[in-house]
Amino acid sequence: MADTAVHSEAGHEPDSHGHHEHGHAHASGLSNNKLAMWMFLGSECLLFGGLIAVYMLYRGRHAGSPGPDQLWDVPLTSISSFVLLMSSLTMVLAVSAAKQGDDRRTINWLVTTALLGATFVGAQVYEFTHFYREGVGFTTSLFSSSFYTLTGFHGVHVTVGVLMLLALSGIMRRSRVTGDKAETVELVGLYWHFVDIVWIVIFTLVYLIPA
Amino acid sequence: MSASTEHAATLEADQDIPDNVEPEHHSDGYYIKVALILAVLTAVETSTYWIDFGPLFLPTLFIMMFLKFFMVVMIFMHLRDEKPIYRFLFYTGLALALVVYLGALATFHFFE
Repeated sequence: MADTAVHSEAGHEPDSHGHHEHGHAHASGLSNNKLAMWMFLGSECLLFGGLIAVYMLYRGRHAGSPGPDQLWDVPLTSISSFVLLMSSLTMVLAVSAAKQGDDRRTINWLVTTALLGATFVGAQVYEFTHFYREGVGFTTSLFSSSFYTLTGFHGVHVTVGVLMLLALSGIMRRSRVTGDKAETVELVGLYWHFVDIVWIVIFTLVYLIPA
Repeated sequence: MSASTEHAATLEADQDIPDNVEPEHHSDGYYIKVALILAVLTAVETSTYWIDFGPLFLPTLFIMMFLKFFMVVMIFMHLRDEKPIYRFLFYTGLALALVVYLGALATFHFFE
């Protein structure tokens, strides 16, 4: 019992041979999973960099249809940005709880993070619906195409993150996490924080700097 | 060696690992303080929508954006304490994106 507590606190579950699993660690001591995640996030910088650059180029191309200055609801977007920022806090608290081996607290923070993420996605759906009713569809102008592509891609990333968080909390509740539980939570956390930092850039460049 | 002695030895060995090998994890209170700072920075950012910052408008926004970005990366993503290879992978992608797309924007006379 004491043994289990020690392992649990360290956040590493022993395998059937009594050894610790470190996320399929390579002989170099690096975790392959973590290596792959950081590589993926590095490549995602290029994806979002391209989408942001295209938006910056086309944000003024909306002749005859409403442009950014007529459409943006900065107070609403500020609130949804704040919600996403706070979801990064709840995510890091989930990782912290996972490192301490506290499954119940980890699950609670994961679900809270998912709820905050879902709130952000809900606000984005509301915003898109509002813009569409204002007569700004995906193909209305170069501005609208680049805007919907950029924020839509980000929204899909947040939605995937919410699904990952809910799936992970469900798997943890059933105690079916294979390998290093704390590292699994950390990997999902890295993805979630990345989604947050992308929004930090989008919020400033797209919403706060006038076209 | 009994199982419990072996586990205790493993934990002791973990504690001997240098700081740059395993990321440091802070207390929950520390993360809450960081989140409060991030909230204040967001409030300052958002205030530029209502308050006229004059020539400080763009510098203020960019400073707030960079501060928020790197606080999340360094502290919440623990990249500050991570292994150099992880930092290299992320910063290479970030630097490449900046160079390539700032170059592309310059090609289209975006900054003129």
